[in-house]
Amino acid sequence: MRPILMKGHERPLTFLRYNRDGDLLFSCAKDHTPTVWYADNGDRLGTYRGHNGAVWTCDVSRDSARLITASADQTAKLWEVSTGKELFSFRFDAPARSVEFAIGDALAVITTDNFMDHVPTVQVKHIAEDIDDQTDESALVITGIKGRINRAVWGPLNRTIITAGEDATIRIWDSETGQLLKESDKESGHQKTISSLSKSSDWSHFITGSLDKSAKLWDTRTLTLIKTYVTERPVNAVDISPTHDTVVLGGGQDAMNVTMTDRRAGKFEAKFYHKILQEEIGGVKGHFGPINALAFNPDGQSFSSGGEDGYVRLHHFDSDYFNIKMLFETQLVQFLGSYVAG
Amino acid sequence: MALAISMEGIEARARELGVDLSAVDLDSIALPAGEDFGILSDDEEVLHSEDPPELEMGLSNIIVVDNLPVVPPEKFDKLENVIRKIYSQIGVIKENGLWMPVNPETKKTYGYCFIEYNTPQEAELAREKTNGYKLDKSHIFAVNLLDDFEKYMKVPDTWTPAEIKPYTAGENLLKWLTDEKARDQFVIRAGTLTEVYWNDARKLAPELVFQKQYWTDSFIQWSPLGTYLATVHRQGSQVWGGENGFERLMRFAHPMLKMIDFSPGERYLVTYSSHEPSNPRDTHRVVLNIFDVRTGKVMRDFKGSADDYTTGGNIGVSGVSWPIFRWGGGKDDKYFARLGKNIISVYETNTFSLLDKKSLKVENVVDFSWSPTDPIISLFVPEMGGGNQPARVSLVQIPGKEELRQKNLFSVSDCKMYWQNSGEYLAVQVDRYTKTKKSTYTGFELFRIKERDIPIEVLELENKNDKIIAFAWEPKGHRFAIIHGDGPRPDVSFYTMRTANNTNRVSKLTTLKAKQANALYWSPAGRFVVLAGLKGFNGQLEFYNVDELETMATGEHFMATDIMWDPTGRYLATAVTSVHEMENGFQIWSFNGKHLYKVSKDHFYQFIWRPRPPSLLTPEKEEEISRNLKKYSKKYEQEDQDAYNQLSEQDRKRRTQLQEEWDSWVAKWKQMHEEERSYRMELRDGEASDEEEEYEAKEVEVEEVVDVCQEVLAFDLDQE
Repeated sequence: MRPILMKGHERPLTFLRYNRDGDLLFSCAKDHTPTVWYADNGDRLGTYRGHNGAVWTCDVSRDSARLITASADQTAKLWEVSTGKELFSFRFDAPARSVEFAIGDALAVITTDNFMDHVPTVQVKHIAEDIDDQTDESALVITGIKGRINRAVWGPLNRTIITAGEDATIRIWDSETGQLLKESDKESGHQKTISSLSKSSDWSHFITGSLDKSAKLWDTRTLTLIKTYVTERPVNAVDISPTHDTVVLGGGQDAMNVTMTDRRAGKFEAKFYHKILQEEIGGVKGHFGPINALAFNPDGQSFSSGGEDGYVRLHHFDSDYFNIKMLFETQLVQFLGSYVAG
Repeated sequence: MALAISMEGIEARARELGVDLSAVDLDSIALPAGEDFGILSDDEEVLHSEDPPELEMGLSNIIVVDNLPVVPPEKFDKLENVIRKIYSQIGVIKENGLWMPVNPETKKTYGYCFIEYNTPQEAELAREKTNGYKLDKSHIFAVNLLDDFEKYMKVPDTWTPAEIKPYTAGENLLKWLTDEKARDQFVIRAGTLTEVYWNDARKLAPELVFQKQYWTDSFIQWSPLGTYLATVHRQGSQVWGGENGFERLMRFAHPMLKMIDFSPGERYLVTYSSHEPSNPRDTHRVVLNIFDVRTGKVMRDFKGSADDYTTGGNIGVSGVSWPIFRWGGGKDDKYFARLGKNIISVYETNTFSLLDKKSLKVENVVDFSWSPTDPIISLFVPEMGGGNQPARVSLVQIPGKEELRQKNLFSVSDCKMYWQNSGEYLAVQVDRYTKTKKSTYTGFELFRIKERDIPIEVLELENKNDKIIAFAWEPKGHRFAIIHGDGPRPDVSFYTMRTANNTNRVSKLTTLKAKQANALYWSPAGRFVVLAGLKGFNGQLEFYNVDELETMATGEHFMATDIMWDPTGRYLATAVTSVHEMENGFQIWSFNGKHLYKVSKDHFYQFIWRPRPPSLLTPEKEEEISRNLKKYSKKYEQEDQDAYNQLSEQDRKRRTQLQEEWDSWVAKWKQMHEEERSYRMELRDGEASDEEEEYEAKEVEVEEVVDVCQEVLAFDLDQE
């Protein structure tokens, strides 16, 4: 099927997020305005105006009522999804990078960058049910990480927080006490900045993408390295299919190194790997710049990618894609090329 | 020496550490056995295996000039001045560096003198330049290095018969040809690592044979028959090979080595270095050595100024066109030749001297090439005298030096010669000026070497103005292909030198229109050709069967820079070398265009298939095999199938194992997930759970008034 091109952002995309039902797609870009789209046909539903800087990440509550966004304007904002109304603004001393709601949506984890004299932090905020009760206070502040934290997410039952970032190390923290529980192995772990982190739908495992041209799959509870996916390009974005044994990797050479000669030279492909066999099974081309964001629809039937080129591309999988899975299950030794229309 | 530590120092240190020195029994320390304590150093091998390094004697910058006139004291100063004049042209003579001894009895000179230069190079040059210099009829200088004198003095006066050593069989240098699976080898260079692999197409992966870090200083090269792998170093070249992989077989000393070249029969190795002048009076010098590959002996050396070696030809690496010496006479390595000003110097390898002691005189010759199989030289002389003397292509037979055939050509701008690899045909691509002299057009002169009187045919393209982008003969065959045309999508035409009714006219087979190709790669076995679009075309590949005149497959190796057929014509390698920063690595294809496998390597410099010597089968036998191919191939098909089955069996096992491991993870996660269910519900304020089926979908349409606002829009009615 032909991909749907969604042009609404004026600057490079930074993050994509589906709501739980998979009918809405939230996109963040460097152009200050997070946007919500119909995940089915790519129509633009609305925007969230109020940020004054690049928006790095967002998260949507389980009931799709609230959206939280983290921005380089040193705030994280809570929005009402349906109206686009700004509900609350958390102020920080440094750009906010990553944000995620905990189970139950009563907590959110927000990270801030190292900026001027400020060290990077991971902060936990209470999210009040009634917005009038909302405060700016942090329930927990974790410091002590060197280098930018690119992603911080909740572990199972909100008991832990998992961070990953510039120092190529994944850490698991106690979300109550702020104690460091586990650290990824320097040898087997990533060698360069971890650019992205995405959890499986049941939060049991997660995948990290790194500029060391690989993605790795970890167990959420024990931080055991399970799989490694090797590619030819720095990885900017990763996601795990909620329904199939596939993972998707996106990236490309640094935007500053992109030559103008041929877009194929940059390898701006979303690459699909078999999650278990670690083999590349296909790729989707189309972006004119590196891919910065990737997300599977929770129903597993489609995925979207956001690029440095400012486009969001929405792809519905062909029937081939689902057949491929069958092939692997019946252990057919067959190497298949590109299988999704691109 | 910095290592010498004083006793006080030791004592002080011991005090610092709190060690009682008197209690230490030095004799009780047991050092590991051996001089090196069992720790091998990297250059150990060199130290022991080689002759002790030659020490600078300090006399290598002194020459002895003999056969000077014997003069009385009154003429001494005059003679000295003459000598000084001659020798100071070549280099700087040291202060008091000229000494002409005088016989104390007769007060006359002895007729020789010593000259000390600043550097050995100058001395060497002086020896070369003035040995044999005629001062007058009876005084012909005999110049030698003082060092050499010592060497010559040691030559015994009486002849002793050479000791004949019993013959010991050398190792089998062709072992790699006996590979059971008849695979081919290739060598790659990536980063600092040089690796030799088998191309195992059945396993869809290369199999490592040998690897070595820093094996070569600049590049590597196979000998033409694949016996040796040559590495290039600052100190010279080395060849590797043998029964057990890659052992050093021989070294060839040549300081500052730049280029190497093997003779086609790989008996000789030509090495080349160029030396920048150290002061403005010196000339840029080049040194060439020709070694015997098997014995390592220098057979002949050539030294001279770079200018002597840059005449004619296109200027290649560092000012000279390489190879300087072109080998002729087929695999026998009988002749080699070099282009000079108005001459072609042909040498023979029996004596390593000029054939008939003189060069072949050809006024204004600019290019020549050997027939790949026969001792025939084709040479090209451009137009002279403003068109009064026509340009000329002629074929000269060696050693007789008689002209076999010549063809005059008019208004020629350039000329290229292409020999077919079995020496049957020669194609001369001639670029001629149009009448206005503003542009050129191209035609071909085709020589049939093996026929009586060597008939020549002229071939012109249908569209005369087409530019020729590439030309290539079918190896061992009678066909050739041309890429021609202007613009981004040129045409490819195939011609044959044979026709059905044996009229012996060249005829066109077909033209493929508008191809994305700029290079032609014939399979070494003929019949198949790969049309490649390198550079601007980003690595487009088209596998074409010339027998059937059909395209077998198309492919792409993005950004490919190099394309190489394996010596048997079964596989094709395409590579992106480090001229590009990205995508470095190589891919292997089958002859019919099936992509087999791909290997990525950063900083990828070289990929070279190991050549094979020509088949020993007679043409009849070869034909018999190709006729009964079905019978022979049965065995291999079975092997292929076995290998494939084994592979898929292994693969299947691996996959099953991976799947099982994964399943155990999933089972664990499921269990944990279940266990945590109640906690999750709690966190969600008792909301059912996260499972899909636990909530029912109800279609509810909710309309919500988000905002109502009135805006007064001003319409400007005057405007359209």
